[in-house]
Amino acid sequence: MSKFRTCPTTGFKIHAPAETLIQINAVTAIVFLLVGGILGLLMVLTRWQAVHILDAEWFYRLLTLHGIAMLVAWIIFFEMAILYFASAVVLSSRLAAPWAGWLQYLLMLVGAAIVAVQVLLGNADVMFTSYVPLKASHWYYLGIILFAVGAIVGCVVFFATLVVAKHEKTYQGSIPLVTFGAMAAAIIAIGTLAHGAITFIPTWLWAAGLIPMMDPEVYRLLFWGFGHSSQQINVCAMVAVWYTLGTLTVGSKPVNEKVSRVAFGFYILFINIASEHHLLVDPGLSAAHKSWNTGYFMHLAVLASMIHAYSVPAAVEVALRKKGYTKGTFEWLKKAPWGNPGFSSLALSLVGFGFLGGITGVVYGTEQLNIIAHNTLRIPGHFHATVVAGTTLAFMGITYYVLPLIFRREVAFPGIAKLQPYFFGIGMMVFSTAMMFAGGFGVSRRQWDMTGVEAPFQVNFDAIVDLTMAVVGISGVVAVLGGVMYVLVAVGTLLIGKKINA
Amino acid sequence: MSVTPPDKHWWDTPIHTKEKIWLMTAFVWSIVLTVAMPALHIVGEQNTSSQYSRISNQDFDTLTDRFIEANKIGEEKGVPIVEPKPGSDVYIRGKQFGWDPILKLKAGQSYKLHLSSVDVNHGFSVFPINMNFQAVPSWDNLLTVTPTKAGMYTIICNEFCGIGHHAMIGKIYVE
Repeated sequence: MSKFRTCPTTGFKIHAPAETLIQINAVTAIVFLLVGGILGLLMVLTRWQAVHILDAEWFYRLLTLHGIAMLVAWIIFFEMAILYFASAVVLSSRLAAPWAGWLQYLLMLVGAAIVAVQVLLGNADVMFTSYVPLKASHWYYLGIILFAVGAIVGCVVFFATLVVAKHEKTYQGSIPLVTFGAMAAAIIAIGTLAHGAITFIPTWLWAAGLIPMMDPEVYRLLFWGFGHSSQQINVCAMVAVWYTLGTLTVGSKPVNEKVSRVAFGFYILFINIASEHHLLVDPGLSAAHKSWNTGYFMHLAVLASMIHAYSVPAAVEVALRKKGYTKGTFEWLKKAPWGNPGFSSLALSLVGFGFLGGITGVVYGTEQLNIIAHNTLRIPGHFHATVVAGTTLAFMGITYYVLPLIFRREVAFPGIAKLQPYFFGIGMMVFSTAMMFAGGFGVSRRQWDMTGVEAPFQVNFDAIVDLTMAVVGISGVVAVLGGVMYVLVAVGTLLIGKKINA
Repeated sequence: MSVTPPDKHWWDTPIHTKEKIWLMTAFVWSIVLTVAMPALHIVGEQNTSSQYSRISNQDFDTLTDRFIEANKIGEEKGVPIVEPKPGSDVYIRGKQFGWDPILKLKAGQSYKLHLSSVDVNHGFSVFPINMNFQAVPSWDNLLTVTPTKAGMYTIICNEFCGIGHHAMIGKIYVE
């Protein structure tokens, strides 16, 4: 049993291999965040028409890599760290099969490296979605497949650890809510990655010249079973992190365990077919089919988010009122620990994800409104609010606790850490909103130039578009600055943070 | 605490009245939205299309060429301008990196617009009304279109289709 240490703060018994795997996955995630952030800066400085620094070829190439580095590598490496934390650490259990954890890490790293190299060599100018018949080199698809297999291995290690913990009775009664949320994420991940397999394995074989191409519309249907469901992995992981941050920052307790857990169940059950909202203006499915399936399934998944939208802040309010902040309706909110980056990340992430990302998602996902939103800048505006202002910021917030608890170092540059969530969160929210405004004026996503400089005809955008795109540029730079502050604090802590002896 | 096992009787813990009110409100609102989606499809006048069929890229190419030949009235920057009869079938072809032909339509008249691509996915985005549809190769996305306002409209490709994607801009005239 010498492989365990007891955390002096939380009392968790931490298994050494689990700790190492959490560390290595988290550090790798942050490296990808840095890479993706630099690429993001180049993206905003190109779309901001007055600056426009990249040429067309490199804009599209690096946009592909930005999507992969952020939406795939950063998020999923960090989620692997969360899965190991929520199983082995939270349950004070040994991690089942640490060798499989290493297999997960190596497969994902090799996969991500292959993808990055292929994109940079110019062999995969296909965007994150890689809609066929656009074709990348077969190595690109192989890289994606290896990465996905690695992620599946990570999920299996997570489930096996739950079994081990139950069998070895490391905890009493039911698993904690955070572990339950992570479990929901892992269940969705298995279904999602299965969609990834049926999308990418035939595409890989086609790119290698072995089989004929999949029907382009079938590809779109299968891809979004992977592409959007994977966002629900992020949502589950983020909500689990929200509950964790509530507990770590103000000592909150879920207001009703049953309600919160049922809500996680809704995510598992309903998100898959709701992903059809990506195909609302496509041929191949009838309008009745699309509007029924996105309607009823989507709104039940939305209901789950509505439940967490109540229970997370309610739990924080109850905890703060117990501390004596009971004056009036809002004293608890005023006296909340706004200087604690864990808390401000939680609060801003809730607002960014829920109000900006969630509501616009529901709006753009309805049948008629999708006609005026599909593939405009409204769409990246929506998902930068959910995945970046929401998920990424929540993951940044939990990092301020992972550093002392798992890396056993005091957070370096506390002054920067305190301001970081505000720069990142507010920058990203303004950025998303400006993108959505520009999209409302008909500005397209994934477009290097909107002035028609190489086109036969020009598009006469409303003059306000220049202003909104400048806001996109400036707020994007502010958000990147917030990202740089995060990386500085994280890396600074690892290098010069004061060691905590335990 | 959310990081510790819940109370033994967590399943039987009653839901607080305030949370119940929230839950019911959210649930009712979800039902409203769910009913609204098909209901708006029935009462709304601007829906996504249910008319589509499979068509080979070669066939779509041929049909578009024939359509241009039969209705051509001129050219602009090398792109043919066609003036089809109201009520007839019209074709718009997406191809790396351009839309053809340029349509000349009459306000208040309906047309059957066949939208497809003969190579990769393209996005059909009509500016300034910001209407967006997907052009998918080997699928004929058939839209019944009634232009209501005269003017010049541009078609922006809003699905990434290759390095020359941003050059893919077409035109529709309505008079």
